[in-house]
Amino acid sequence: MSGDGVVEVPGRRGLLDEVEAAEADLRAAAEARPVADQSDLTAYFAAVIAADQKVEPRDWMPEAYRKGLIRQIAQHAHSEIIGMQPEGNWITRAPSLKRKAILLAKVQDEAGHGLYLYAAAETLGVSRDELVDLLLQGRQKYSSIFNYPTLTWADVGAIGWLVDGAAIVNQVPLCRCSYGPYARAMIRICKEESFHQRQGYEILYTLANGTPAQRAMAQDAVNRWWYPSLAMFGPPDRESTHSEQSMAWKIKRFSNDELRQRFVDMCVPQAEVLGLSLPDPALRWNEQRGSYDFTPPDFDELFRVIAGDGPCNRQRMAHRRRAHAEGAWVREAAAAYAAKHRSSDAG
Amino acid sequence: MSRFEYVLGLGDDALIAAQRLAQWCAAAPEMEEDVALANIALDQLGAARLLLSYAGELEGAGRDEDALAYLRDDGEFRNCLLVELPDRHDFGIAMAKLLFLSAYQKLLYDALADAPDERLAEIAANARKESAYHLDHSTQWTLRLGDGTEESHRRMQAAVDEVWPYTHELFAGDEDALVDHAGLRPAWLSIVEPVLAEATLQRPADGWAPAGGRSGRHTEHLSYLLAEMQVLHRAHPGAVW
Repeated sequence: MSGDGVVEVPGRRGLLDEVEAAEADLRAAAEARPVADQSDLTAYFAAVIAADQKVEPRDWMPEAYRKGLIRQIAQHAHSEIIGMQPEGNWITRAPSLKRKAILLAKVQDEAGHGLYLYAAAETLGVSRDELVDLLLQGRQKYSSIFNYPTLTWADVGAIGWLVDGAAIVNQVPLCRCSYGPYARAMIRICKEESFHQRQGYEILYTLANGTPAQRAMAQDAVNRWWYPSLAMFGPPDRESTHSEQSMAWKIKRFSNDELRQRFVDMCVPQAEVLGLSLPDPALRWNEQRGSYDFTPPDFDELFRVIAGDGPCNRQRMAHRRRAHAEGAWVREAAAAYAAKHRSSDAG
Repeated sequence: MSRFEYVLGLGDDALIAAQRLAQWCAAAPEMEEDVALANIALDQLGAARLLLSYAGELEGAGRDEDALAYLRDDGEFRNCLLVELPDRHDFGIAMAKLLFLSAYQKLLYDALADAPDERLAEIAANARKESAYHLDHSTQWTLRLGDGTEESHRRMQAAVDEVWPYTHELFAGDEDALVDHAGLRPAWLSIVEPVLAEATLQRPADGWAPAGGRSGRHTEHLSYLLAEMQVLHRAHPGAVW
């Protein structure tokens, strides 16, 4: 049996409206390229950014802009691919056939997002194979959140609600990113992530209204995923290294702390509807700021996980490397077959 | 075999196939294949849910898709042995299984789409389109692996040899079945043999023909598969998910 109640996530609609507004502006921007003098490349690039136009792959761009974007988009793509593991962990044990189908489709979407983002990175002159190698060698990162384990079925719900929720808050502003292919990828991904978030929320809602054991499972998952989700917004603004230049280039539009606050303010009413508590005794409404005060995540823990010492870093990387190595003979066969049939077609 | 047991067998084939394919999630040889295998698993799971729900109605004992999937022991499952064979260790085995299964399911669903059972005909008419895609996908991989490198040829031949004996069970006769299963084998061979030939693979000789799945006598593997699939559901009797 599966819960059939359709539960709406409070605040979800507002984020989707923002995605749609970004999409409309993107179309308008495409029709209104500035007809500036292109002989001075630096000035032209600056004019495109200043006018909120999109930089496209054919345009000149500063090397640091290109490199920064490759780093960011690749990290995002890697996160989608590694992120398949913690949730994929529950596909074979999903407690109903309906939930199994929904989870399988979700993890499949993540593979699709990964492919889509690698394609966006490739427009910057780097190949997917190179980026995958950098991931496998540990020279590029993926989101630290995926280094936490999924211990119960409720973790699948908590990831949907909190992790996908935090990802959306991070990514909605990226729909307005100055680099066209990335902005377009983010619009599509945000729409699908919003759907995933709702599914996760519905899992938790069903558990929270289920048996005492199910309810306890849901609360335990929220307790474990709350602070790691807050850490997804990165270090506090005073310690963030890439932020200032990213803001100037309109890759990033809000600071880490601004986005974290926005996320907390959204989650509180959502948790109330679930009837679950957030594990922060200091959480309370601040009338003056018009926001919730909250305990920040343990940033020392965040840096330890980024450095490789989270609960599952080794396991996630070992799994990815093993899948890659075990598939080598298959990829070689496909390449050999294609080469044979290219040459026989030509002959 | 009753109509209930017959439909249950079809549903169990699809369910166990889906469970094996789902084990490939995040472990496929390339990212595109992660997407494709998940797609095929979703198709099989979708067909399984319709078939099991219908089987439950035929039985009339109030069992729904989840009661049938999660609360039966291995001896009560009616799937063919082919789908329960482990394949996560070898992509060649996975593709050989899929080639043989999808060619069979395509022919079977084609026949059932005209069968005098409206519900089953409707399910089969939709599922056969998906089977055609599964057949195309596994055909392409059989060609690439058979006619790829020396190593892939060797491994694909070994996979075909290992899996071939289990295909006989698909065509075991049953007088009460809506479709003459034994009669499907010539058409099945006319699909599979040319694929193997083009892939430069030997069609294995017929001989050993393990069977028993349709009467609940399975390989050692099914109980492990079910233990994993059913563990959470069974730990919370009566819970809603």
